Amino acid sequence: MTRPSSGEVLAKPATSGLDRILDHRVLLSIAVLAVLPWLLPSKALAVNVLIYGVVVMGYNLLFGYTGLLSFGQAAFFGAGAYFTGIAIGRYGVPWFVAVPIAVLLSTCLAALIGIVSTRTRGIYFSMVTLALAQLVYYVALQAASFTGGENGLRGFTVDRVNLFGLQVNFLDPVNKYYVLMAFAGLAMWVQSRILNSPFGAVIEAIRENEQRARACGYDVERSKLVVFMLSGAISSLGGCMLALHLSIVPLDILHYQTSGMIVMMVLLGGARSFFGPFVGAASFLILEDVISLWTPHWQIFVGAIFVLFVLFLPKGIWGTLLDVLGIGKARR
Amino acid sequence: MDLSLIIMQLLSGIALGAVLVITALGLTIVFGMLGVVNFAHGALFMIGAYAGLYLASLTGSFWWGLLLAPILIGAFGMVIEFVLIRRLYGRSIDDPLLLTFGLSYILVEGVRIVFGSDGIPFPTPPQLIGVLDLGVGIFPRYRLFVIVLVAVVLLALWLTLEKTRIGLIVRAGARDPTIMQVLGVDIGRVWLAIFGLGVGLAALGGVLAGPMRSVNPEMGSLVLAEAFVVTVIGGLGSIVGAVVAGLMVGVSISLVALFAPEMATIVMFALMAVVLLIRPQGLFGVRGRTA
Repeated sequence: MTRPSSGEVLAKPATSGLDRILDHRVLLSIAVLAVLPWLLPSKALAVNVLIYGVVVMGYNLLFGYTGLLSFGQAAFFGAGAYFTGIAIGRYGVPWFVAVPIAVLLSTCLAALIGIVSTRTRGIYFSMVTLALAQLVYYVALQAASFTGGENGLRGFTVDRVNLFGLQVNFLDPVNKYYVLMAFAGLAMWVQSRILNSPFGAVIEAIRENEQRARACGYDVERSKLVVFMLSGAISSLGGCMLALHLSIVPLDILHYQTSGMIVMMVLLGGARSFFGPFVGAASFLILEDVISLWTPHWQIFVGAIFVLFVLFLPKGIWGTLLDVLGIGKARR
Repeated sequence: MDLSLIIMQLLSGIALGAVLVITALGLTIVFGMLGVVNFAHGALFMIGAYAGLYLASLTGSFWWGLLLAPILIGAFGMVIEFVLIRRLYGRSIDDPLLLTFGLSYILVEGVRIVFGSDGIPFPTPPQLIGVLDLGVGIFPRYRLFVIVLVAVVLLALWLTLEKTRIGLIVRAGARDPTIMQVLGVDIGRVWLAIFGLGVGLAALGGVLAGPMRSVNPEMGSLVLAEAFVVTVIGGLGSIVGAVVAGLMVGVSISLVALFAPEMATIVMFALMAVVLLIRPQGLFGVRGRTA
């Protein structure tokens, strides 16, 4: 069986019934997320799955679909959160204005980091993105008057949001979940559109064979920069969601451990699959929850499980499941 | 600002850079030979510092710690290569990177379980306490010792690589492992030794840094970023590059700390960004492999 080329992704070949389900991957994903708070042991966990799912989904655009292993995604996750918090707390901007502003500014940051890092390839790219993300971390640490430095950003509260005249109580976890789910749904729709566009085919071509993509006449450098910015934009939306959710922004969000966690989540769930990031975020967070119940040293187990995944299950939970079921070879 | 202060700060920078050079060298040798970026390098640096501290308190002498910790941790590195990394040769270049990243979680948390999360002071060996008058100013003995020791290790490493048969095999193996295998060299054993050497250098860096920084489980994460910056500036896989870039980074951190302390941690990243914009392959890197 031959792997369908990127061109066929656009042609949408009619295959099995299971495959056709994936035409509605956004609606299906939203449906699953809608019942999530009732499937998981706590609402707080469900909100975290939602937030990290969006962050990891944005990262998957870069790592899974374009094949660029960045170790600096925390910079955009953190930027989204910090810009949202600063806009609301310092400048009194209403939340629905703060979020697009934060995403826009984070995308500019992604452009700056992308210009430097997409000049490099392979392992070099991983090291450069990690180093530049650490730079962002130290800037946030030093610019304490803006970011609160080591203590993180405090002093902005989101307890009641005005949804076009309708007051929603943000202190109620269920209300909050569904407001944040609207963001996740929007992000999924955008991501799906990107992947289905000709640009989506180009980035997959770059992943499969960069030289060949270049020979085909695609501007590989510019495409990489654009996908880096798009990925940063989507992940930063997750950061905005976190800021709205917590009403504080911890400095840790920018640490390279967070970038590593995002990489772990995408691999646990399954890179290159549309819903894999949410599966990965959920399994990581559940794992953390369960193991930390009986030992404070949960990281040793998470690390070991991750190593086992790299060795024996590189396609992750969702990716392997799709493989076993034999569906979605063309578009996941 | 008088001149002697600047000279002393320059020397401090060289001492700081010397530790960076040793650490980044381990990273760059392993990459040059095996094509593996060891994300656990910082964690192994940290474990080296703990091992040095533990062995020093066990034997009652810093010198035993300095000698034995790199050997012991280097051997541990060989176990890691043999049990885990070996399985991934031939797979995507991302896989060893991801595996060693997971490994760093295990190592850091393992140290927390054994030694606790709090930092432990690493006493300076009694022979090296105090300062030395260099004519232009006074300078801590220990830092001077670090500079000299690193220079000696570098010289020994260079001589081994350039003048011995082992060095010849290693250099040839980096060029073309297949031909070496045809010629009857067990390349698997060479790789094992190289990984052990790289990890041993990380551990040596850790022991040397011990008395200059505080020893804690998190110390590896900053070092990893620093070692990355040095290898990226110098050119991945280049030994000369690691030496030049390590000293460059150390000196710039030190000098910037003198004029604008809050910029000290940031300056090396800025340096890296500038170098990358001009030469994406690093100062001594070979174009094609990485950029």
